[in-house]
Amino acid sequence: MADGVKPRVKVPKSASAGEAITIKTLISHPMESGQRKDSSGNTIPRSIINRFTCEFNGESVIDVTMEPAISTNPYFEFEATVPEAGEFKFTWYDDDGSVYEDSKKIEIG
Amino acid sequence: MEFTRRETLAVGGAAALVAMLPKGAYAATTEEWIAEFTGGAEMADAGLDLTAPEIAENGNTVPIEVSADGASEILVLATGNPTPGVAKFTFGPLAAAQYASTRIRLAGTQDVVAIAKLADGSFARASKTVKVTIGGCGG
Repeated sequence: MADGVKPRVKVPKSASAGEAITIKTLISHPMESGQRKDSSGNTIPRSIINRFTCEFNGESVIDVTMEPAISTNPYFEFEATVPEAGEFKFTWYDDDGSVYEDSKKIEIG
Repeated sequence: MEFTRRETLAVGGAAALVAMLPKGAYAATTEEWIAEFTGGAEMADAGLDLTAPEIAENGNTVPIEVSADGASEILVLATGNPTPGVAKFTFGPLAAAQYASTRIRLAGTQDVVAIAKLADGSFARASKTVKVTIGGCGG
């Protein structure tokens, strides 16, 4: 189930070279844990995002492996160094093979 | 977009290869998760900060924070969940601080455990008891 999955990312528009910035990401996803049962007692199959990565100009910032214990609408906050102007690339990997992407440009100033 | 026979085979083969990759060995207990992560190495008590609330009203979304200077990886486990795994953070060269914050599910009152692989290859462990008023596993 991958309906209405929408990534949202908060990155400052500019930073000074070498500055550490805080990045916040949120993606709307039900994160069905595979533990719940529906009204007729059948287990609802697991359907989660199992991996999240953030890269800056191709270099890794963070790579998160996720288990079903991550809450609905997975939220992550972390810090990144900005050595030069460029682009942050965010990627989420769904159990069903879908890949959701977002990117944000940042300037030096 | 048209595929030649050769391209179709290549694409199909790559997809099959991805599908066959193991999903990570399934480890049932917290001890097994820890053993797999540390390889049985000793864990120090210092060097890793785990922030979690003492009381969480709603186990469906409990905010946690982990931070360990110079760590390459941090593993977070919920010892009282049906499956203990929560998340593993791997920090790349552009991580300004080995810090991450997220929201997790807790089935009930339990210990949340974090283990960090530090820069020198040693391991640090931190744990915190979280009281949960309403469980987060649909029970």
